[in-house]
Amino acid sequence: MEVLKSECLRIRTSEDVVNVRTSVRKLAAELRFGIVDQTKIVTAASEIARNTLDYGRGGDLRMDAIHNGLKTGLRLTFLDQGPGIRDVDQALTDGFSSGNGMGLGLGGTRRLMDEFNIASKLNEGTTVTITKWSR
Amino acid sequence: MEHIPILRMGEFLLITVQVDMHDRLALQLQDDLTTKIVQCGSRGVLIDISSLEVVDSFIGRMLGNIASMSRILDAQTVVVGMRPAVAITLVELGMSLPGIRTALTVERGMQILRTEVAAIQEDAEAQASEENPGGSPQV
Repeated sequence: MEVLKSECLRIRTSEDVVNVRTSVRKLAAELRFGIVDQTKIVTAASEIARNTLDYGRGGDLRMDAIHNGLKTGLRLTFLDQGPGIRDVDQALTDGFSSGNGMGLGLGGTRRLMDEFNIASKLNEGTTVTITKWSR
Repeated sequence: MEHIPILRMGEFLLITVQVDMHDRLALQLQDDLTTKIVQCGSRGVLIDISSLEVVDSFIGRMLGNIASMSRILDAQTVVVGMRPAVAITLVELGMSLPGIRTALTVERGMQILRTEVAAIQEDAEAQASEENPGGSPQV
């Protein structure tokens, strides 16, 4: 897996979430994703960035343009040092929410992307990695 | 403090969301709008989201809240101008915006509002004449 380009963003305020949307959109357009895929990627990024802010007490996003020999992809890694998620499977279920959301964030995001990974340790933090490949 | 402008047009309120809203701005809009509905005695709210490139679950929820709050305050809401990519993404995300009336254009949205408000008024008049049979019609 070749990394073509990387960029990092801070997620500390709700304005940063808007900034995440703008930057992810720009990179997705640069990688020539279609408008529907761009919208899916940006929406997914917005959902996870908000989780990072609200549940992870803020964190960082690393955006990587990657190439696997066949296709170009956009990989987004969200890191926080928050309280962690007790039950990841439960958190991925539609309708489950520990906060004031509708509980669509994680499960819905998984449907919008091609790859979805989540690693979480209680009291250490959560890392969510999502990838979309160009068609 | 940033605000999204709310325009009054007769008994309706028009909102065109032209910026990518951060969460506080979206919440501010809920407050401003409910205040304005009561202040102006508005019967309908039209929200134009044609500039929005992304509607995530938070903004979707905010639109749903606005529709519910308006209904309780006796005003109908129509959301117009959603981009096709946004519609596709919302459905895949699992949000089909139940309880929100939508229209493709501002024109059709206004038509829906006028029809709905007229129907509600007719209902109210019919109910009033039922409660007052044989009495002189109330003007």
